[in-house]
Amino acid sequence: MLSLGSGGPKPAKPSFVSYVTPGEINSEKDSSKKVEHLDLLPGEVVFCSATPVLRYTQDDLSQRGVFGTLLCTNFRVSFISDESPQEEVAQHFKNRLYGENDIPLSCVDQIYGVYDEKKKLITGGQVKNKYPSKIIFHCRDLRVFQFCLTYAKEEDGRRIFQGVVRHCLEPKSLKCVFAFSYSVPAKPVLQENQRTVMFESLEDWHQEMRRTKGDCKPIRDNEAFEISHRLPKYFIVPAAVETEDLSKCEGKGIPIWCWSHHSGCALFKMASVPLGQEDTMSQSHMERMLHAVAQNYLYSVKTEDLTETLPTLQDIQQSYNKFKQFFLIDNTMDFWLSDVKWFSSLENSGWLDMIRQCLRKAMEVVECLEKENTNVLIMEEGGSDLCCVVSSLVQIMLDPYFRTMVGFQSLVQKEWVSGCHQFLDRSNHLHQKEKECQSPVFLLFLECVWQLVQQHSPAFQFSETYLTVLSDSIHVPIFSTFLFNSAHHKASVLQAESPRSQNEVLTCPPVWDWSVQFDCKAQDFFINPLYAEKNKPDKTQRKTHKPKHQRQLSLPSSAFKTPPKKGFFKEETESLKKMLRMRRVSRWLVSPDSPQASTREFYESWQRKPLDYHGVLLPCLDGPAMRVWMQRYLRWIPELQIFGGGAIAVTNRLAELQGEVVQLRRELDRQGRRENKPDNHRPLALSRSSVRLSSSFPFASNRNWSFKPVIPNSRLHSIDVTDNLANQEDEATEAFTVV
Amino acid sequence: MEKQSSGSDSPVLPAIPNRKPRTLGVNPGSRQESVDSLDSPTGSHVEWCKQLIAATISSQISGVVPPEAAARECKVGKKLDFRVSRRPNLRVFRDVQKQMQTDEVPLVPGESVRTTAKDVMYICPFTGAVTGTLTVTDYKLYFVSVERDPPFVLDVNLGAISRLETISVQSHGENTQGVEIVCKDMRSPRFAYKMEDQSKQEIVGMLTKYAFPLSNDLPLFAYQYKEEYPVDGWKVYDPVAEYKRQGLPNESWTISKINSNYEVCDTYPALLVIPTSIQEDELKRVASFRAKHRIPVLSWIHPETQATIVRCSQPLVGPSDRRCKEDERYLQTIMDANAQSHKLTIFDARQSTVAETNKAKDGGYENENFYSNVELNFLEIPNIHVMRESLRKMKEVVYPTIDEMRWHSAIDATHWLEYIRLLLAGAVRIADKLESSKSSVVVHCSDGWDRTAQLTSLAMLMLDSHYRTLRGFQVLLEKEWISFGHKFASRVGHGDENHANSERSPLFVQFIDCVWQMMRQFPSAFEFNELFLITILDHLYSCLFGTFLYNSEKERVEKEVYSKTVSLWSYINSQLEDFSNPFYVDYENHVLYPLASLRHLELWVSYYVRWNPRMRPQMPVHQNLKELLFLRAELQKRVEELQREVSSSHSLSSSSEHTSSPSHGGTPLHTTV
Repeated sequence: MLSLGSGGPKPAKPSFVSYVTPGEINSEKDSSKKVEHLDLLPGEVVFCSATPVLRYTQDDLSQRGVFGTLLCTNFRVSFISDESPQEEVAQHFKNRLYGENDIPLSCVDQIYGVYDEKKKLITGGQVKNKYPSKIIFHCRDLRVFQFCLTYAKEEDGRRIFQGVVRHCLEPKSLKCVFAFSYSVPAKPVLQENQRTVMFESLEDWHQEMRRTKGDCKPIRDNEAFEISHRLPKYFIVPAAVETEDLSKCEGKGIPIWCWSHHSGCALFKMASVPLGQEDTMSQSHMERMLHAVAQNYLYSVKTEDLTETLPTLQDIQQSYNKFKQFFLIDNTMDFWLSDVKWFSSLENSGWLDMIRQCLRKAMEVVECLEKENTNVLIMEEGGSDLCCVVSSLVQIMLDPYFRTMVGFQSLVQKEWVSGCHQFLDRSNHLHQKEKECQSPVFLLFLECVWQLVQQHSPAFQFSETYLTVLSDSIHVPIFSTFLFNSAHHKASVLQAESPRSQNEVLTCPPVWDWSVQFDCKAQDFFINPLYAEKNKPDKTQRKTHKPKHQRQLSLPSSAFKTPPKKGFFKEETESLKKMLRMRRVSRWLVSPDSPQASTREFYESWQRKPLDYHGVLLPCLDGPAMRVWMQRYLRWIPELQIFGGGAIAVTNRLAELQGEVVQLRRELDRQGRRENKPDNHRPLALSRSSVRLSSSFPFASNRNWSFKPVIPNSRLHSIDVTDNLANQEDEATEAFTVV
Repeated sequence: MEKQSSGSDSPVLPAIPNRKPRTLGVNPGSRQESVDSLDSPTGSHVEWCKQLIAATISSQISGVVPPEAAARECKVGKKLDFRVSRRPNLRVFRDVQKQMQTDEVPLVPGESVRTTAKDVMYICPFTGAVTGTLTVTDYKLYFVSVERDPPFVLDVNLGAISRLETISVQSHGENTQGVEIVCKDMRSPRFAYKMEDQSKQEIVGMLTKYAFPLSNDLPLFAYQYKEEYPVDGWKVYDPVAEYKRQGLPNESWTISKINSNYEVCDTYPALLVIPTSIQEDELKRVASFRAKHRIPVLSWIHPETQATIVRCSQPLVGPSDRRCKEDERYLQTIMDANAQSHKLTIFDARQSTVAETNKAKDGGYENENFYSNVELNFLEIPNIHVMRESLRKMKEVVYPTIDEMRWHSAIDATHWLEYIRLLLAGAVRIADKLESSKSSVVVHCSDGWDRTAQLTSLAMLMLDSHYRTLRGFQVLLEKEWISFGHKFASRVGHGDENHANSERSPLFVQFIDCVWQMMRQFPSAFEFNELFLITILDHLYSCLFGTFLYNSEKERVEKEVYSKTVSLWSYINSQLEDFSNPFYVDYENHVLYPLASLRHLELWVSYYVRWNPRMRPQMPVHQNLKELLFLRAELQKRVEELQREVSSSHSLSSSSEHTSSPSHGGTPLHTTV
């Protein structure tokens, strides 16, 4: 197991193997025994380890913990407890790649060292000889680990500290990411996989266009990335775009088709072209493009520059940094101190407001498509961040197909992966120093989706657990989905890396291959048991003729009393030019009403219609409606586990009921009557009674929570006890008379 | 947007002045831009209205109609037709289901119309002004407008009215009057009308008379309500049966009739559970040492450990730390009744500073030096005045409009959820003392009828799953709140016009909120649903039922509440289906500890913000489940039918094994705790 690189000569050029100096690899016997406990993944190598290390249990301040071995491999930081492995508590939700005591390297968010009781943030590069007595990991999936290094040999302690810091915090090359060492025998492509449309072939795009009955032009001229490295091999543009337009602005300024509304209008996105005053060339190009978009349907177009109206990537990053701190809690004391300030700090972080802004923008676009039937073109500097957020949200709101699991996955492929979202740079897996490019844009999108799921749960086939797992998977450095900045980037890296040796195949599965992480049973948690599947009235007859996805018009545009509003774009090149120059295109409505009020009205008129889970879906954006994604953020905090409560209690009850229904149906069948209603519900195989589960289920399920109630240990400082009222008598007067 | 067709003479309105005529609790920063989109009331209708509109409405309005949404909900309700009974008129969202008759006012039996006025304008803060007919009965105010389709209906129980404010507007020389109806249930509808005929001149008079009957020498409406229900809610609570359920009396505790004429304590019920060994004269001396003679009595006993929850009022130690040997012995007896522990824990709900100042006023708290083995804890919960102020602030935050940008800090500033947190944390400590330390607890505040009732009933809800059932919860309320003299009449101010009375305080609302928070954290542990809680709160104010009237059992007996009024539980228990939680699973002996962390507490939007149409759920979340339950019931029926067929055609063979299949909601999940 440890043979790799231990004796071989150091190659001249650093490669994914030799990045580790031989000395780092610990081959001492005693610790290798421990290592045996660790199930290494194919291609995983242990760099260093230290023993005994004390892992503090988070539950209290008493500094109690478990002794064990701390290891660092090329995939993860892992802690192996000395205590005999607990007899397998039936684990419903075990990740095959890493356990609860493992932190994938790219999941490490921050490392703190405690030197003489002082907590210091460790940054790469500053590793001195002095190593801290205690090391604290803050993970991107919001777990917190605390290890005490003082019990290990000094040499071991230093080595593990340096190793961890180097591999978790310092810049590295993409080739060092575990995905390129991870090799498993090629598996037959899974069926699941096939169903998710990857948008890597022209046919996928054709199919999507047929599905939405769009009428645009597929482009294959970028097969070898001649047009642009920032565009996928295949994409679709408005029919009126000429081939020569494509290569004008280095791939920018091309309206890319996202989705067509059943009315014929469509949503396009575009990497905007910087417009200088004198730059007539690009101005005329923009004009042509706008015309092309407008021609798609009824000669109408509305444009929106997201760079101007939504927060910047830095804003998003900063806001999230503040927000996540409320959940990365070192001890009970900190927890209760921060609890008092909870609502105010929540607001100060601005994170919920970011989510609201994205949802609102998407709603504005939905309004244009659904109510006014105009084409919409959203723009942004790179065209691959907020454009992806907004366009995907719009499609989820309008198209029920994207609310199924496969549909959602296809959407991410279409808008994010093919859309060349810079996953690698945004997540900063490689710890590049220029931090400006780091920003949790994809997470922001998932947050928005979660809000929709929360508000309209029966409309979604997937559960919040699915979203939580997906958000965790961003930081598991195995999946091709999240490792690259663009299709071109992926192609070039894979080409350079691919045939490393004959017997190893580079497996870089998409995250959608869920079997890599979870077994079938665990995957059941991805399904929302409350999903209101579409009833197909007489499925046997019509099934074959209908397109796979039937969209239902719950909101015929005639239902709106307000006339199609203003801003109807016409062949007025002058005004267009002016608009472009002023860059004030973002006004959807020329009326004095703010777009907000209009969206509000749009929402309210939608709200009055009967809710159709397979029609248009809009989120409520009022203060109380925007919530914190409890499952994702609170699941690891021991103080916040509700025993016998939480959403799982309901899920459990539902599963139970579905089981009964299934059983009764069988009973009916057995008794010789045919029941032709299809069984829509997939029963969850949950046997434990909800009474014994905690609200963070299925996460953190094998932790030993104490069943003692959590009692706040700090007084509420913010309550103003000196208030006059507080000293007032309960009784107004002593005499109390019966009226 | 609705049109008003007659507006030929309507002057072009100048930009609506941003100034409001008077402060109406409007966020100063509220946006005004959409006021233009509001249909301006035609011509003649006053500046006052416009100003009111401008003041009331921030960016929210857009000239849309909520009752449509309501009507839709109704349709949804119909689709879900398997709720058994459908008694009209008592829905929570009253404006929900009206769409049938337009000029006829639905009346409950015993209700009569007092005045009806046409051409009254309701200034809806959400959807703009609407003109229609206003009816005042002796029970409710009912406004209907056919301007909108379906008709717009607003319905307010007079009992919910806290105060009436009239503004006469003379600026236009027209005799126009505005009325603001400030309600206890978090809304303040506003009307405007011209005082042209008699019916309109009567409106305010009638409203005042029937909203505050006690101030006008009239009986409460509950005495006129004549509905007959198939079940009698007054039979829900039988103290002897309830104590028997708890295993009482036993050798240490007895059910005493010493207070049967309310002579020992006039705010306690007739039956009390006290230690067996206490003599009557001792008891009297204890009574004189406790505020309002509210002696320590048993509320709940742990079925296994015999640890008890005992409630009382503060001891009258006074500034000189007076002692009372009998009181000390009494507490010792309570401790001794529980063999599992040699400690007794007293939870004083008050802030320690306040308890200290109470000493100067002849009250105080137990001195740990005088009571052996007693541990005293202060739970630091502020008093009723603080709570009243907190809820008042909250109304400003949620009604009529919400500033979404500052929602969380605004909620924070009310401290409402912090107080909820304190209460829950206190109750968890009490429950934990009993459950984990197996020791008995004594709970008191000053008088032992506000915070004490909140804490004991919450702790009992955590400890005893019986109280989490529909019937059990009714018993809990009847026992801990109603019979033990929570001063409902004073705290709510039934029928009393003195809205500024400092005795008023939403302590019961706060308790129900705590229950709701528990329900949210344990969505399957309660047999009842949110509608049940909201219904209880609506009838806390409505004066339709006798349940929450008066301050004590003694008064209720005197006023013949039990014979002359209907119990709320008669109504509830006649249609239990509507109030039951489809997710319910019996947690049996499992103790529920809710998390008293603000991260897990949330504002009860569907109660406090329910008048805002945007916050209404479009479809009940459990709809799918209800369908599933329905489906299951159907299948069940068919299976049974088939079985009957089979067994009748063949022989009397095997029918018993199937009948035991899951027919009763919630196959019991066993717990081992």
